Amino acid sequence: MNNSKLKIILNGLVTENPTFVLILGMCPTLATTSSAINGMSMGLATLFVLVGSNMAIALLKNVIPDKVRIPAYVVVIATFVSIVEMTMQAYLPALYESLGIFIPLIVVNCIVLGRAEAFAAKNTVFDSFLDGLGIGLGFTFALTLLGAIRELLGTGKTLGMIVFPEHYGMLIFVLAPGAFIALGYLIAAFNRLKKTN
Amino acid sequence: MTYILIFISAVFVNNIVLSQFLGICPFLGVSKRIETALGMSGAVAFVMTIATIFTYIIQKSVLDPFHIGYLQTITYILIIAALVQLVEIILKKISPALYQALGVFLPLITTNCTILGVALLVIKKDFNLLESVVFAISTAVGFGLALILFAGIREQLSMVKVPKAMEGTPISLLTAGLLAMAFMGFAGIVK
Amino acid sequence: MKKLESNFKNMVLVLSSITLFAALALGSVYTLTKDPIAVSKMAKQQNAIKDVLPPFDHFDLKAIEVNDGVEILKVYKAYDKRNVFVGAAVESSSNNGFSGKISLMVGFDKAGAIVNYSVLEQKETPGLGAKMLNWFKTNNKNQSILGKNPATANLSVSKDGGEIDAITAATISSRAFLFAVRNAYAAYCQNSDNQRCDSIKVK
Repeated sequence: MNNSKLKIILNGLVTENPTFVLILGMCPTLATTSSAINGMSMGLATLFVLVGSNMAIALLKNVIPDKVRIPAYVVVIATFVSIVEMTMQAYLPALYESLGIFIPLIVVNCIVLGRAEAFAAKNTVFDSFLDGLGIGLGFTFALTLLGAIRELLGTGKTLGMIVFPEHYGMLIFVLAPGAFIALGYLIAAFNRLKKTN
Repeated sequence: MTYILIFISAVFVNNIVLSQFLGICPFLGVSKRIETALGMSGAVAFVMTIATIFTYIIQKSVLDPFHIGYLQTITYILIIAALVQLVEIILKKISPALYQALGVFLPLITTNCTILGVALLVIKKDFNLLESVVFAISTAVGFGLALILFAGIREQLSMVKVPKAMEGTPISLLTAGLLAMAFMGFAGIVK
Repeated sequence: MKKLESNFKNMVLVLSSITLFAALALGSVYTLTKDPIAVSKMAKQQNAIKDVLPPFDHFDLKAIEVNDGVEILKVYKAYDKRNVFVGAAVESSSNNGFSGKISLMVGFDKAGAIVNYSVLEQKETPGLGAKMLNWFKTNNKNQSILGKNPATANLSVSKDGGEIDAITAATISSRAFLFAVRNAYAAYCQNSDNQRCDSIKVK
Protein backbone atom coordinates (compact mmCIF):
# COMPACT_ATOMS: atom_id res chain seq x y z
CA MET A 1 0.00 0.00 0.00
CA ASN A 2 1.46 3.34 -0.94
CA ASN A 3 1.74 6.36 1.26
CA SER A 4 -1.31 8.31 0.14
CA LYS A 5 -3.62 5.36 0.78
CA LEU A 6 -2.26 4.93 4.28
CA LYS A 7 -2.76 8.62 4.81
CA ILE A 8 -6.48 8.33 4.08
CA ILE A 9 -6.88 5.77 6.85
CA LEU A 10 -4.72 7.68 9.33
CA ASN A 11 -6.67 10.83 8.54
CA GLY A 12 -9.84 9.27 9.92
CA LEU A 13 -8.11 7.74 12.91
CA VAL A 14 -6.22 10.80 14.12
CA THR A 15 -6.23 14.05 12.13
CA GLU A 16 -9.96 14.08 11.53
CA ASN A 17 -11.07 11.78 14.29
CA PRO A 18 -14.85 12.12 14.15
CA THR A 19 -15.33 12.21 17.91
CA PHE A 20 -12.32 14.06 19.28
CA VAL A 21 -11.65 16.52 16.46
CA LEU A 22 -14.78 16.92 14.33
CA ILE A 23 -17.10 16.48 17.36
CA LEU A 24 -19.68 14.67 15.23
CA GLY A 25 -22.08 11.86 16.05
CA MET A 26 -22.30 12.85 19.69
CA CYS A 27 -25.63 11.11 20.36
CA PRO A 28 -24.47 7.51 19.98
CA THR A 29 -21.09 8.45 21.48
CA LEU A 30 -22.72 9.48 24.73
CA ALA A 31 -25.60 7.05 24.77
CA THR A 32 -24.02 3.71 24.00
CA THR A 33 -20.76 3.93 25.95
CA SER A 34 -21.90 2.69 29.34
CA SER A 35 -19.52 -0.20 28.77
CA ALA A 36 -16.53 -0.84 26.50
CA ILE A 37 -18.24 -3.67 24.67
CA ASN A 38 -21.36 -1.63 23.90
CA GLY A 39 -19.27 1.28 22.67
CA MET A 40 -17.22 -1.01 20.45
CA SER A 41 -20.31 -2.68 18.96
CA MET A 42 -21.88 0.66 18.15
CA GLY A 43 -18.60 1.73 16.55
CA LEU A 44 -18.44 -1.41 14.43
CA ALA A 45 -22.06 -1.09 13.31
CA THR A 46 -21.35 2.47 12.23
CA LEU A 47 -18.13 1.35 10.55
CA PHE A 48 -20.05 -1.13 8.43
CA VAL A 49 -22.60 1.48 7.37
CA LEU A 50 -19.84 4.00 6.63
CA VAL A 51 -17.84 1.63 4.43
CA GLY A 52 -20.95 0.38 2.63
CA SER A 53 -22.52 3.75 1.98
CA ASN A 54 -19.20 5.38 1.04
CA MET A 55 -18.53 2.72 -1.58
CA ALA A 56 -22.07 2.74 -2.96
CA ILE A 57 -22.09 6.50 -3.23
CA ALA A 58 -18.67 6.64 -4.87
CA LEU A 59 -19.96 4.09 -7.36
CA LEU A 60 -23.15 6.02 -8.08
CA LYS A 61 -21.76 9.54 -7.89
CA ASN A 62 -21.97 10.16 -11.63
CA VAL A 63 -25.52 8.99 -12.12
CA ILE A 64 -26.98 11.00 -9.24
CA PRO A 65 -28.08 14.47 -10.36
CA ASP A 66 -26.76 17.19 -8.04
CA LYS A 67 -30.09 18.53 -6.89
CA VAL A 68 -31.33 15.22 -5.52
CA ARG A 69 -28.04 14.00 -4.14
CA ILE A 70 -28.93 14.40 -0.45
CA PRO A 71 -32.17 12.36 -0.61
CA ALA A 72 -30.36 9.76 -2.72
CA TYR A 73 -27.53 9.52 -0.16
CA VAL A 74 -30.03 9.23 2.67
CA VAL A 75 -31.79 6.32 0.94
CA VAL A 76 -28.48 4.53 0.38
CA ILE A 77 -27.45 5.06 4.02
CA ALA A 78 -30.85 3.99 5.36
CA THR A 79 -30.58 0.78 3.33
CA PHE A 80 -27.26 -0.16 4.91
CA VAL A 81 -28.56 0.75 8.36
CA SER A 82 -31.58 -1.50 7.95
CA ILE A 83 -29.33 -4.34 6.81
CA VAL A 84 -27.19 -3.95 9.96
CA GLU A 85 -30.32 -3.74 12.07
CA MET A 86 -31.84 -6.97 10.76
CA THR A 87 -28.56 -8.87 10.83
CA MET A 88 -27.89 -7.89 14.44
CA GLN A 89 -31.42 -8.78 15.46
CA ALA A 90 -30.96 -12.22 13.94
CA TYR A 91 -27.48 -13.13 15.12
CA LEU A 92 -26.67 -10.83 18.07
CA PRO A 93 -30.04 -10.34 19.77
CA ALA A 94 -28.61 -9.35 23.18
CA LEU A 95 -26.49 -6.59 21.65
CA TYR A 96 -29.39 -5.50 19.48
CA GLU A 97 -31.46 -4.94 22.58
CA SER A 98 -28.83 -3.07 24.52
CA LEU A 99 -28.12 -0.64 21.66
CA GLY A 100 -31.85 -0.31 21.00
CA ILE A 101 -33.05 2.73 19.14
CA PHE A 102 -29.51 3.91 18.39
CA ILE A 103 -29.09 1.37 15.59
CA PRO A 104 -31.80 2.87 13.34
CA LEU A 105 -30.53 6.29 14.39
CA ILE A 106 -27.21 5.66 12.60
CA VAL A 107 -29.15 7.06 9.62
CA VAL A 108 -29.05 10.53 11.10
CA ASN A 109 -25.49 10.24 12.39
CA CYS A 110 -23.87 13.31 10.81
CA ILE A 111 -20.60 11.42 10.30
CA VAL A 112 -22.09 9.09 7.71
CA LEU A 113 -23.83 11.74 5.62
CA GLY A 114 -20.86 14.05 6.16
CA ARG A 115 -18.36 11.58 4.68
CA ALA A 116 -20.70 10.81 1.78
CA GLU A 117 -20.90 14.48 0.91
CA ALA A 118 -17.33 15.49 1.70
CA PHE A 119 -15.40 12.46 0.46
CA ALA A 120 -17.28 9.73 -1.38
CA ALA A 121 -18.98 12.13 -3.80
CA LYS A 122 -15.58 13.24 -5.11
CA ASN A 123 -13.32 10.20 -4.90
CA THR A 124 -12.88 6.71 -6.30
CA VAL A 125 -14.56 3.64 -4.89
CA PHE A 126 -11.36 2.27 -3.36
CA ASP A 127 -10.38 5.58 -1.75
CA SER A 128 -13.90 5.94 -0.38
CA PHE A 129 -13.63 2.44 1.04
CA LEU A 130 -10.42 3.42 2.82
CA ASP A 131 -11.94 6.66 4.06
CA GLY A 132 -14.96 4.83 5.46
CA LEU A 133 -12.64 2.34 7.12
CA GLY A 134 -10.44 5.05 8.64
CA ILE A 135 -13.27 7.22 9.93
CA GLY A 136 -15.15 4.13 11.13
CA LEU A 137 -12.10 2.85 13.01
CA GLY A 138 -11.53 6.29 14.51
CA PHE A 139 -15.12 6.35 15.70
CA THR A 140 -14.91 2.79 17.04
CA PHE A 141 -11.66 3.60 18.85
CA ALA A 142 -13.18 6.69 20.48
CA LEU A 143 -16.32 4.87 21.58
CA THR A 144 -14.41 1.89 22.94
CA LEU A 145 -12.04 4.16 24.88
CA LEU A 146 -14.87 6.22 26.34
CA GLY A 147 -16.83 3.05 27.18
CA ALA A 148 -13.79 1.49 28.86
CA ILE A 149 -13.13 4.60 30.96
CA ARG A 150 -16.76 4.95 32.05
CA GLU A 151 -17.04 1.25 32.84
CA LEU A 152 -13.79 1.29 34.81
CA LEU A 153 -14.61 4.39 36.87
CA GLY A 154 -18.22 3.41 37.36
CA THR A 155 -18.05 -0.28 38.13
CA GLY A 156 -14.39 -1.15 38.58
CA LYS A 157 -14.42 -3.46 35.58
CA THR A 158 -12.99 -3.30 32.08
CA LEU A 159 -14.26 -5.72 29.47
CA GLY A 160 -15.54 -7.89 32.30
CA MET A 161 -12.21 -8.02 34.17
CA ILE A 162 -12.40 -6.74 37.72
CA VAL A 163 -9.80 -4.06 38.39
CA PHE A 164 -11.05 -2.86 41.76
CA PRO A 165 -14.09 -3.80 43.89
CA GLU A 166 -17.39 -2.49 42.63
CA HIS A 167 -18.34 -0.51 45.72
CA TYR A 168 -15.37 1.82 45.19
CA GLY A 169 -16.76 2.69 41.74
CA MET A 170 -18.22 6.11 41.05
CA LEU A 171 -21.66 5.15 39.87
CA ILE A 172 -22.23 8.52 38.24
CA PHE A 173 -19.94 7.54 35.36
CA VAL A 174 -22.27 4.82 34.09
CA LEU A 175 -25.21 7.21 34.34
CA ALA A 176 -26.08 10.07 31.99
CA PRO A 177 -24.06 12.91 33.60
CA GLY A 178 -20.92 10.76 33.63
CA ALA A 179 -21.11 10.41 29.86
CA PHE A 180 -20.91 14.16 29.37
CA ILE A 181 -18.19 14.64 31.96
CA ALA A 182 -15.97 11.77 30.80
CA LEU A 183 -16.22 12.84 27.16
CA GLY A 184 -15.49 16.45 28.11
CA TYR A 185 -12.24 15.52 29.84
CA LEU A 186 -11.27 13.12 27.04
CA ILE A 187 -11.61 15.81 24.38
CA ALA A 188 -9.67 18.23 26.59
CA ALA A 189 -6.90 15.66 26.94
CA PHE A 190 -6.88 15.11 23.17
CA ASN A 191 -6.62 18.87 22.58
CA ARG A 192 -3.72 19.11 25.00
CA LEU A 193 -1.86 16.17 23.42
CA LYS A 194 -2.31 17.56 19.94
CA LYS A 195 -0.84 20.89 20.96
CA THR A 196 2.28 19.45 22.54
CA ASN A 197 2.94 17.34 19.42
CA MET B 1 -54.02 11.68 33.79
CA THR B 2 -51.98 9.57 31.37
CA TYR B 3 -51.29 12.66 29.30
CA ILE B 4 -50.00 14.62 32.29
CA LEU B 5 -47.73 11.71 33.19
CA ILE B 6 -46.41 11.48 29.65
CA PHE B 7 -45.75 15.22 29.75
CA ILE B 8 -43.87 15.24 33.05
CA SER B 9 -41.93 12.15 32.12
CA ALA B 10 -40.83 13.51 28.74
CA VAL B 11 -39.96 17.01 29.95
CA PHE B 12 -38.21 16.28 33.24
CA VAL B 13 -37.64 12.65 34.10
CA ASN B 14 -36.59 11.27 30.75
CA ASN B 15 -35.45 14.52 29.20
CA ILE B 16 -34.62 13.79 25.59
CA VAL B 17 -31.25 15.55 25.66
CA LEU B 18 -30.02 15.10 29.18
CA SER B 19 -31.02 11.52 29.82
CA GLN B 20 -31.83 9.99 26.42
CA PHE B 21 -28.87 11.58 24.60
CA LEU B 22 -30.83 12.54 21.51
CA GLY B 23 -30.32 15.84 19.74
CA ILE B 24 -26.87 16.47 21.19
CA CYS B 25 -25.59 18.11 18.00
CA PRO B 26 -28.03 21.06 18.04
CA PHE B 27 -27.75 21.08 21.84
CA LEU B 28 -24.03 21.83 21.55
CA GLY B 29 -24.23 23.65 18.23
CA VAL B 30 -26.94 26.29 18.56
CA SER B 31 -26.83 27.00 22.26
CA LYS B 32 -24.46 29.95 22.30
CA ARG B 33 -27.26 32.49 22.60
CA ILE B 34 -30.72 32.27 24.12
CA GLU B 35 -32.43 33.74 21.03
CA THR B 36 -31.09 31.11 18.64
CA ALA B 37 -31.89 28.43 21.17
CA LEU B 38 -35.49 29.63 21.23
CA GLY B 39 -35.72 29.62 17.43
CA MET B 40 -34.31 26.13 17.19
CA SER B 41 -36.66 24.80 19.86
CA GLY B 42 -39.63 26.29 18.04
CA ALA B 43 -38.62 24.71 14.75
CA VAL B 44 -38.05 21.33 16.40
CA ALA B 45 -41.42 21.44 18.19
CA PHE B 46 -43.16 22.26 14.92
CA VAL B 47 -41.55 19.58 12.79
CA MET B 48 -41.51 16.94 15.52
CA THR B 49 -45.26 17.11 16.07
CA ILE B 50 -46.12 16.97 12.38
CA ALA B 51 -43.55 14.28 11.62
CA THR B 52 -44.77 12.07 14.46
CA ILE B 53 -48.37 12.28 13.24
CA PHE B 54 -47.36 11.43 9.67
CA THR B 55 -45.02 8.56 10.50
CA TYR B 56 -47.57 7.16 12.94
CA ILE B 57 -50.31 7.12 10.32
CA ILE B 58 -48.01 5.58 7.71
CA GLN B 59 -46.88 2.93 10.18
CA LYS B 60 -50.41 1.91 11.11
CA SER B 61 -51.98 2.18 7.68
CA VAL B 62 -49.21 1.02 5.36
CA LEU B 63 -46.22 -0.65 7.07
CA ASP B 64 -48.18 -2.80 9.54
CA PRO B 65 -51.01 -4.08 7.29
CA PHE B 66 -48.58 -5.03 4.51
CA HIS B 67 -45.99 -6.53 6.89
CA ILE B 68 -43.18 -4.41 5.54
CA GLY B 69 -41.90 -3.25 8.92
CA TYR B 70 -38.36 -3.71 7.64
CA LEU B 71 -38.79 -0.59 5.54
CA GLN B 72 -39.47 1.46 8.68
CA THR B 73 -36.16 3.30 8.93
CA ILE B 74 -36.00 4.20 5.26
CA THR B 75 -39.65 5.28 5.11
CA TYR B 76 -39.42 7.44 8.20
CA ILE B 77 -36.31 9.29 7.14
CA LEU B 78 -37.80 9.99 3.71
CA ILE B 79 -41.04 11.26 5.26
CA ILE B 80 -39.10 13.53 7.60
CA ALA B 81 -36.85 14.88 4.85
CA ALA B 82 -39.82 15.56 2.58
CA LEU B 83 -41.78 17.11 5.41
CA VAL B 84 -39.00 19.50 6.33
CA GLN B 85 -38.86 20.69 2.72
CA LEU B 86 -42.61 21.07 2.61
CA VAL B 87 -42.78 22.98 5.87
CA GLU B 88 -40.09 25.30 4.59
CA ILE B 89 -41.99 26.03 1.36
CA ILE B 90 -45.38 26.47 3.03
CA LEU B 91 -44.00 28.62 5.82
CA LYS B 92 -42.33 30.89 3.28
CA LYS B 93 -45.66 31.42 1.53
CA ILE B 94 -48.11 31.82 4.39
CA SER B 95 -46.10 33.26 7.24
CA PRO B 96 -42.95 35.11 6.26
CA ALA B 97 -42.52 36.30 9.84
CA LEU B 98 -42.43 32.76 11.22
CA TYR B 99 -40.21 31.73 8.33
CA GLN B 100 -37.76 34.45 9.25
CA ALA B 101 -37.66 33.19 12.81
CA LEU B 102 -37.40 29.45 12.12
CA GLY B 103 -36.20 29.28 8.51
CA VAL B 104 -32.46 28.96 9.08
CA PHE B 105 -32.97 26.05 11.45
CA LEU B 106 -35.21 23.98 9.21
CA PRO B 107 -32.53 22.42 6.96
CA LEU B 108 -30.59 21.39 10.08
CA ILE B 109 -33.55 19.46 11.36
CA THR B 110 -33.48 16.56 8.88
CA THR B 111 -30.35 15.25 10.56
CA ASN B 112 -31.59 16.08 14.06
CA CYS B 113 -31.97 12.65 15.58
CA THR B 114 -34.69 13.73 18.00
CA ILE B 115 -37.25 13.79 15.19
CA LEU B 116 -36.54 10.28 13.93
CA GLY B 117 -35.96 9.16 17.52
CA VAL B 118 -39.38 10.30 18.72
CA ALA B 119 -41.11 8.85 15.65
CA LEU B 120 -39.49 5.47 16.42
CA LEU B 121 -40.07 5.70 20.18
CA VAL B 122 -43.84 6.21 19.98
CA ILE B 123 -44.13 3.01 17.96
CA LYS B 124 -41.86 1.16 20.39
CA LYS B 125 -43.88 2.40 23.38
CA ASP B 126 -47.17 1.35 21.76
CA PHE B 127 -48.76 4.77 22.13
CA ASN B 128 -52.02 5.62 20.40
CA LEU B 129 -52.18 8.63 18.08
CA LEU B 130 -53.21 11.15 20.73
CA GLU B 131 -50.60 9.91 23.20
CA SER B 132 -48.01 10.12 20.45
CA VAL B 133 -48.87 13.73 19.75
CA VAL B 134 -48.70 14.60 23.46
CA PHE B 135 -45.39 12.75 23.70
CA ALA B 136 -43.98 14.61 20.68
CA ILE B 137 -44.99 18.01 22.03
CA SER B 138 -43.70 17.23 25.53
CA THR B 139 -40.42 15.96 24.16
CA ALA B 140 -40.03 19.16 22.19
CA VAL B 141 -40.75 21.18 25.33
CA GLY B 142 -38.11 19.13 27.16
CA PHE B 143 -35.66 19.75 24.33
CA GLY B 144 -36.42 23.48 24.44
CA LEU B 145 -36.04 23.60 28.21
CA ALA B 146 -32.65 21.89 28.14
CA LEU B 147 -31.46 24.01 25.22
CA ILE B 148 -32.52 27.34 26.73
CA LEU B 149 -31.16 26.54 30.20
CA PHE B 150 -27.90 25.50 28.60
CA ALA B 151 -27.74 28.62 26.43
CA GLY B 152 -28.26 30.76 29.53
CA ILE B 153 -25.35 29.09 31.27
CA ARG B 154 -23.13 29.35 28.21
CA GLU B 155 -23.79 33.08 27.84
CA GLN B 156 -22.37 33.50 31.31
CA LEU B 157 -19.59 31.04 30.68
CA SER B 158 -18.32 32.97 27.67
CA MET B 159 -17.17 35.73 30.03
CA VAL B 160 -15.09 33.39 32.17
CA LYS B 161 -11.49 32.41 31.67
CA VAL B 162 -11.18 28.71 30.92
CA PRO B 163 -7.97 26.64 30.60
CA LYS B 164 -6.83 26.50 26.98
CA ALA B 165 -7.43 22.79 26.42
CA MET B 166 -10.88 22.99 28.01
CA GLU B 167 -12.15 25.76 25.78
CA GLY B 168 -15.11 25.11 23.50
CA THR B 169 -16.59 21.65 23.48
CA PRO B 170 -14.95 20.19 26.62
CA ILE B 171 -16.24 22.88 28.98
CA SER B 172 -19.67 22.72 27.31
CA LEU B 173 -19.78 18.98 27.88
CA LEU B 174 -18.86 19.38 31.54
CA THR B 175 -21.60 21.99 31.93
CA ALA B 176 -24.05 19.65 30.26
CA GLY B 177 -22.93 16.91 32.66
CA LEU B 178 -23.77 19.09 35.66
CA LEU B 179 -27.12 19.99 34.12
CA ALA B 180 -27.83 16.29 33.54
CA MET B 181 -26.95 15.63 37.17
CA ALA B 182 -29.49 18.25 38.26
CA PHE B 183 -32.13 16.61 36.07
CA MET B 184 -31.39 13.26 37.69
CA GLY B 185 -33.13 14.67 40.74
CA PHE B 186 -36.40 14.20 38.88
CA ALA B 187 -35.83 10.45 38.53
CA GLY B 188 -38.53 8.33 40.09
CA ILE B 189 -41.22 11.03 40.11
CA VAL B 190 -43.09 9.24 37.37
CA LYS B 191 -42.96 5.48 37.42
CA MET C 1 -18.31 9.74 -17.45
CA LYS C 2 -20.03 13.08 -17.16
CA LYS C 3 -22.36 13.86 -14.30
CA LEU C 4 -26.04 13.50 -15.13
CA GLU C 5 -27.91 16.76 -15.54
CA SER C 6 -30.34 17.89 -12.88
CA ASN C 7 -33.43 17.93 -15.09
CA PHE C 8 -36.76 16.70 -13.85
CA LYS C 9 -36.75 13.42 -15.76
CA ASN C 10 -33.29 12.43 -14.53
CA MET C 11 -34.03 13.33 -10.95
CA VAL C 12 -37.24 11.34 -10.75
CA LEU C 13 -35.74 8.41 -12.63
CA VAL C 14 -32.61 8.18 -10.49
CA LEU C 15 -34.35 8.66 -7.17
CA SER C 16 -37.05 6.13 -7.88
CA SER C 17 -34.63 3.53 -9.19
CA ILE C 18 -32.39 3.94 -6.14
CA THR C 19 -35.41 3.60 -3.85
CA LEU C 20 -36.67 0.59 -5.74
CA PHE C 21 -33.30 -1.07 -5.56
CA ALA C 22 -33.04 -0.30 -1.85
CA ALA C 23 -36.47 -1.79 -1.20
CA LEU C 24 -35.55 -4.93 -3.15
CA ALA C 25 -32.27 -5.31 -1.26
CA LEU C 26 -34.01 -4.88 2.08
CA GLY C 27 -36.75 -7.29 1.09
CA SER C 28 -34.21 -9.99 0.37
CA VAL C 29 -32.25 -9.36 3.57
CA TYR C 30 -35.56 -9.53 5.40
CA THR C 31 -36.43 -12.95 3.98
CA LEU C 32 -32.92 -14.15 4.81
CA THR C 33 -33.02 -12.98 8.42
CA LYS C 34 -36.69 -13.61 9.18
CA ASP C 35 -36.21 -17.17 10.39
CA PRO C 36 -33.04 -16.57 12.44
CA ILE C 37 -34.81 -13.63 14.17
CA ALA C 38 -37.79 -15.79 15.05
CA VAL C 39 -35.49 -18.57 16.24
CA SER C 40 -33.42 -16.26 18.45
CA LYS C 41 -36.55 -14.78 20.03
CA MET C 42 -37.86 -18.27 20.77
CA ALA C 43 -34.49 -19.37 22.12
CA LYS C 44 -34.38 -16.42 24.52
CA GLN C 45 -37.78 -17.29 25.93
CA GLN C 46 -37.02 -20.99 26.21
CA ASN C 47 -33.62 -20.47 27.77
CA ALA C 48 -35.19 -18.27 30.41
CA ILE C 49 -37.72 -21.02 31.15
CA LYS C 50 -35.06 -23.74 31.27
CA ASP C 51 -32.85 -21.65 33.55
CA VAL C 52 -35.41 -21.30 36.27
CA LEU C 53 -37.06 -24.73 36.33
CA PRO C 54 -36.13 -27.60 38.65
CA PRO C 55 -34.72 -30.71 36.87
CA PHE C 56 -37.30 -31.66 34.27
CA ASP C 57 -37.75 -33.71 31.13
CA HIS C 58 -40.07 -31.54 29.08
CA PHE C 59 -42.37 -28.55 29.52
CA ASP C 60 -45.50 -27.20 27.87
CA LEU C 61 -44.45 -24.88 25.07
CA LYS C 62 -47.85 -23.30 25.16
CA ALA C 63 -48.34 -21.15 28.24
CA ILE C 64 -51.44 -21.08 30.40
CA GLU C 65 -52.41 -17.43 30.61
CA VAL C 66 -53.61 -15.97 33.88
CA ASN C 67 -55.16 -12.52 33.72
CA ASP C 68 -54.96 -10.61 36.98
CA GLY C 69 -56.81 -7.61 35.61
CA VAL C 70 -53.65 -5.59 34.96
CA GLU C 71 -51.10 -7.95 33.51
CA ILE C 72 -51.27 -11.29 31.81
CA LEU C 73 -49.06 -13.83 33.54
CA LYS C 74 -47.84 -16.87 31.67
CA VAL C 75 -47.42 -20.25 33.32
CA TYR C 76 -45.27 -22.95 31.70
CA LYS C 77 -45.71 -26.31 33.41
CA ALA C 78 -42.87 -28.82 33.45
CA TYR C 79 -42.94 -32.60 33.80
CA ASP C 80 -40.53 -35.47 34.32
CA LYS C 81 -40.10 -38.55 32.12
CA ARG C 82 -43.27 -40.22 33.40
CA ASN C 83 -45.26 -37.06 32.80
CA VAL C 84 -45.48 -36.19 36.48
CA PHE C 85 -45.68 -32.47 37.28
CA VAL C 86 -42.33 -31.23 38.69
CA GLY C 87 -42.83 -27.47 38.77
CA ALA C 88 -43.55 -24.47 36.62
CA ALA C 89 -41.97 -21.33 35.24
CA VAL C 90 -44.07 -18.18 35.48
CA GLU C 91 -43.58 -15.02 33.49
CA SER C 92 -44.69 -12.10 35.62
CA SER C 93 -44.22 -8.35 35.70
CA SER C 94 -44.70 -5.19 37.70
CA ASN C 95 -45.18 -1.64 36.46
CA ASN C 96 -44.07 -0.11 39.73
CA GLY C 97 -40.33 -0.16 39.21
CA PHE C 98 -38.31 3.02 39.70
CA SER C 99 -38.19 3.58 35.94
CA GLY C 100 -41.02 1.50 34.62
CA LYS C 101 -41.79 -2.08 33.85
CA ILE C 102 -39.90 -5.00 35.33
CA SER C 103 -40.59 -8.43 33.93
CA LEU C 104 -39.37 -11.70 35.37
CA MET C 105 -39.40 -15.42 34.83
CA VAL C 106 -39.73 -17.23 38.17
CA GLY C 107 -39.42 -20.99 38.56
CA PHE C 108 -41.18 -23.02 41.28
CA ASP C 109 -40.79 -26.68 42.18
CA LYS C 110 -43.79 -28.88 42.87
CA ALA C 111 -43.95 -27.82 46.52
CA GLY C 112 -44.03 -24.17 45.52
CA ALA C 113 -40.49 -23.25 46.58
CA ILE C 114 -38.63 -20.81 44.33
CA VAL C 115 -35.96 -22.62 42.30
CA ASN C 116 -34.48 -19.69 40.39
CA TYR C 117 -35.47 -16.50 38.62
CA SER C 118 -34.30 -14.48 35.68
CA VAL C 119 -35.00 -10.86 34.82
CA LEU C 120 -36.37 -10.56 31.28
CA GLU C 121 -36.72 -6.81 31.13
CA GLN C 122 -35.88 -3.89 33.41
CA LYS C 123 -34.83 -0.26 33.07
CA GLU C 124 -33.79 0.39 36.67
CA THR C 125 -30.85 2.60 37.58
CA PRO C 126 -27.55 0.88 36.74
CA GLY C 127 -25.63 0.03 39.90
CA LEU C 128 -28.72 0.42 42.09
CA GLY C 129 -32.04 -1.12 41.10
CA ALA C 130 -30.42 -2.96 38.21
CA LYS C 131 -28.58 -5.10 40.78
CA MET C 132 -31.78 -7.17 40.96
CA LEU C 133 -30.31 -9.37 38.22
CA ASN C 134 -28.29 -11.17 40.90
CA TRP C 135 -29.12 -9.59 44.25
CA PHE C 136 -31.99 -11.89 45.15
CA LYS C 137 -29.91 -14.96 44.23
CA THR C 138 -26.94 -14.05 46.39
CA ASN C 139 -26.66 -15.97 49.60
CA ASN C 140 -25.82 -13.06 51.90
CA LYS C 141 -27.79 -12.14 55.01
CA ASN C 142 -31.49 -12.18 54.01
CA GLN C 143 -31.02 -11.29 50.36
CA SER C 144 -31.81 -14.53 48.63
CA ILE C 145 -35.30 -15.66 47.69
CA LEU C 146 -34.10 -19.00 46.31
CA GLY C 147 -35.47 -22.04 48.11
CA LYS C 148 -38.10 -19.96 49.89
CA ASN C 149 -41.75 -20.85 49.56
CA PRO C 150 -44.09 -17.85 49.31
CA ALA C 151 -46.76 -19.87 51.14
CA THR C 152 -44.68 -19.93 54.31
CA ALA C 153 -42.22 -17.08 53.88
CA ASN C 154 -43.23 -13.42 53.72
CA LEU C 155 -41.56 -12.32 50.51
CA SER C 156 -41.56 -8.57 50.91
CA VAL C 157 -38.85 -6.14 51.95
CA SER C 158 -37.91 -5.99 55.63
CA LYS C 159 -39.02 -2.35 55.80
CA ASP C 160 -42.56 -3.54 55.07
CA GLY C 161 -42.36 -6.32 57.64
CA GLY C 162 -41.15 -8.99 55.22
CA GLU C 163 -38.09 -11.17 55.49
CA ILE C 164 -36.09 -10.14 52.43
CA ASP C 165 -33.38 -7.46 52.49
CA ALA C 166 -34.03 -4.82 49.86
CA ILE C 167 -31.26 -3.79 47.46
CA THR C 168 -29.24 -1.06 49.17
CA ALA C 169 -30.68 2.34 48.22
CA ALA C 170 -33.22 0.77 45.86
CA THR C 171 -36.27 -0.08 47.95
CA ILE C 172 -38.76 0.84 45.23
CA SER C 173 -37.11 -1.49 42.72
CA SER C 174 -36.98 -4.26 45.33
CA ARG C 175 -40.66 -3.81 46.21
CA ALA C 176 -41.66 -4.02 42.55
CA PHE C 177 -39.47 -7.07 42.06
CA LEU C 178 -40.94 -8.92 45.04
CA PHE C 179 -44.45 -7.92 44.03
CA ALA C 180 -43.88 -9.62 40.68
CA VAL C 181 -42.51 -12.69 42.45
CA ARG C 182 -45.55 -12.96 44.75
CA ASN C 183 -47.86 -12.52 41.78
CA ALA C 184 -45.98 -15.23 39.91
CA TYR C 185 -46.57 -17.55 42.85
CA ALA C 186 -50.28 -16.79 42.85
CA ALA C 187 -50.46 -17.62 39.15
CA TYR C 188 -48.49 -20.81 39.80
CA CYS C 189 -50.94 -21.76 42.51
CA GLN C 190 -53.95 -21.39 40.26
CA ASN C 191 -52.43 -23.99 38.01
CA SER C 192 -51.14 -26.61 40.39
CA ASP C 193 -52.94 -28.91 42.79
CA ASN C 194 -50.63 -27.90 45.61
CA GLN C 195 -52.49 -28.06 48.98
CA ARG C 196 -50.89 -24.93 50.38
CA CYS C 197 -52.27 -22.87 47.57
CA ASP C 198 -55.91 -23.01 48.54
CA SER C 199 -55.96 -19.71 50.32
CA ILE C 200 -54.01 -17.77 47.71
CA LYS C 201 -55.54 -15.95 44.78
CA VAL C 202 -53.99 -13.74 42.15
CA LYS C 203 -54.00 -10.20 43.48
